[in-house]
Amino acid sequence: MVASNDMARRSFFGRATQFLGGLIAGGLGIPAAMYLLRGPKTIAPGGYVDAADLSQMKPRVPEEVSFQRIRKDGWKLISEKSTAWVVKLSETEVAAYSPQCTHLGCAYHFEETKGEFICPCHATNFSIDGEVLNGPAPRPLDRYPVKVKGTRLLIGTIESAKPASTKMGA
Amino acid sequence: MMRTLIDWIEDRTGLISTVEHFMNEEIPASSGWKQVFGSVAMFLFLVQAFTGVMLGLNYGPTPGEAYSSLRYIMNELSNGALIRGLHHWGSSAMVIVVVLHMVQVFLWGAYKKPREATWLAGVVLLLFTLGFALTGYLLPWDNRAYWGTVVTTQIAAGVPVIGPYILRLMGAEDGVGVVTFARFYAAHVLILPAVTFLMIVFHVYLVRRHGVAPEPGDELVPTQKFYPKQVFKDTFAIFVAFAVLFTLAVAVKAPLGRLADPTDTTFIPRPEWYFQFLFQLLKYCEGPLELFATVVLPGLAVGGLFAVPFMDRTPLVKVTRRTTAFAAVLLCAIGWGGLTAAAVIETPKSAALAEAMGPMDWVELTPVEMAGVGYFQKERCGQCHTLGLADEDKSGPNMGTGGVTRDVPWMVAHFKKPGTPMATMSLKPAEMNALASFLIKLTPQNAVKMSEVPQFAWEGAIVYQKNHCGVCHQVNGAGMNNGPALNGLARRRKADWVKEHFKNPQKFDADSTMPSYKFSERESEAITGYLMALP
Repeated sequence: MVASNDMARRSFFGRATQFLGGLIAGGLGIPAAMYLLRGPKTIAPGGYVDAADLSQMKPRVPEEVSFQRIRKDGWKLISEKSTAWVVKLSETEVAAYSPQCTHLGCAYHFEETKGEFICPCHATNFSIDGEVLNGPAPRPLDRYPVKVKGTRLLIGTIESAKPASTKMGA
Repeated sequence: MMRTLIDWIEDRTGLISTVEHFMNEEIPASSGWKQVFGSVAMFLFLVQAFTGVMLGLNYGPTPGEAYSSLRYIMNELSNGALIRGLHHWGSSAMVIVVVLHMVQVFLWGAYKKPREATWLAGVVLLLFTLGFALTGYLLPWDNRAYWGTVVTTQIAAGVPVIGPYILRLMGAEDGVGVVTFARFYAAHVLILPAVTFLMIVFHVYLVRRHGVAPEPGDELVPTQKFYPKQVFKDTFAIFVAFAVLFTLAVAVKAPLGRLADPTDTTFIPRPEWYFQFLFQLLKYCEGPLELFATVVLPGLAVGGLFAVPFMDRTPLVKVTRRTTAFAAVLLCAIGWGGLTAAAVIETPKSAALAEAMGPMDWVELTPVEMAGVGYFQKERCGQCHTLGLADEDKSGPNMGTGGVTRDVPWMVAHFKKPGTPMATMSLKPAEMNALASFLIKLTPQNAVKMSEVPQFAWEGAIVYQKNHCGVCHQVNGAGMNNGPALNGLARRRKADWVKEHFKNPQKFDADSTMPSYKFSERESEAITGYLMALP
């Protein structure tokens, strides 16, 4: 009887020790895991950047424009050069395409004689509306969100930038 | 299955029997709650190591980056503020528990033969703990960190003979700068963790070698085993310490003031609370006595601690009969407590808070900073930069939310040659300096208020700055004292008097050395309005 009482006490202290140890490990481990695995709450640096003067552009003739964009790199704001293919599709619609082919991310160019965008890597042709005419590209050219202020074109950022051809898990 | 695995591990490594051997250590019957502090101290060291590594994974260890990255950790990362809180408050907790551990060992006389070396290793561990606190203090690189370390290095420089060498070792010969930072960082994350770990191993080894110190009478009763009772008591104490630390880290945000500003002469550095007694003592000691507070007393204290087991060679007695030991501890506690209390009482209540929030009202700004507000408005900086928290669609960085993470020289260089889509400015160098000196005062708390400074005030401040009024007059502590200070002018003069006085000061006082100023109606209105508004 004495022995079993002693055993019970031993296992009580043992269990209690394990329980408290578990609480501490959880208290440190769970916040640390969230800290490392959840992305930063990004405070997006300014959305739209002044990129081009629309009054200088001919309708349905794409032009490659370059502009400076501020990007967040960890705790730093970095200013970097970006480009876009801008085209006045109609009097009311302007499109700005990301300069990378939607297949594997090559830089494409505009072939004036054909009036099409051509990616040299795997010969994808895009119409000036961004649609795939032929070739392996899986989807139309990515469009930047745009705003028009007077004659100026403002270019925003593409939400959740997708890699060129494959989709990463969410 | 489980059995085979355990047997395999035991056979190949001997780990199981080692742990069992450790757990089944025979300890005196008198052991109990009083012996938990050593385990708690070791646990807190592990918490510091863990949270330190976590911080290190998102920390840029150079002066400017350090501050921005810490702000990023605290504001943008999940639980970043919690992890920094654990690390910040954990350092205080560690100092407390290490001291409690030492006091317990001292009171019970557990340092006596053959445990002298265990005590000495413990004193070294206390010094390492303080070393961690001292070097870690600089790493946030805010004003508190910078100016606190300036004082530390100055004290070190004052040590006779070796002072200059200590200063060189700290990398602070030419003031606190990048080299100082590198030295403190390396000491904090490379040197101290390694030597502390080794010293803990040595300390624990010595405890095992000599066994837990018995009390008189223990030889008459059977010993108990470390597991499970004492292990539970240690774990329970560790849990209490962790619960307190965790609550503190959640409830009280670890301080992060403004970016270190080596030109900010108004900042009053304050050390961590456990060093405040020295800070206070330093106030009472002037001239040659200063060395008493900075060198002699700490030297004697450390020397005394090392000497304890050799000065007291009396045989072991019951703790209740160790009156001298109790008197010594009480004396130290009163001295430390009294000085700390005095320091706390003399601290302006809101000093720390005000420092973190920055000036809350435009009347607290110096004329140069106010002129900076004006240049911000005149250059239409607000078209691209939001002041304050409103999440507007603007292309430049928000000057309010993140706080300002750049120093004045960087900003002025940036104004001159942006290298970003930011437009170049038409400002003169002095005006750029004024703008930067205003921007560096922005914090998330005051930015919105600073966007609402009335136009007459910043226009007036620009007039004030352009005409170099500060060469003779003082406003809010900035400027010279050749002429009368201008705070409270409204209580002394009427607006019309001030306007007339600008035109011809000698009309009011023939001996006045103030030149006359031909202001336009608008300028006169603005500067008079600005000066009359000063409290």
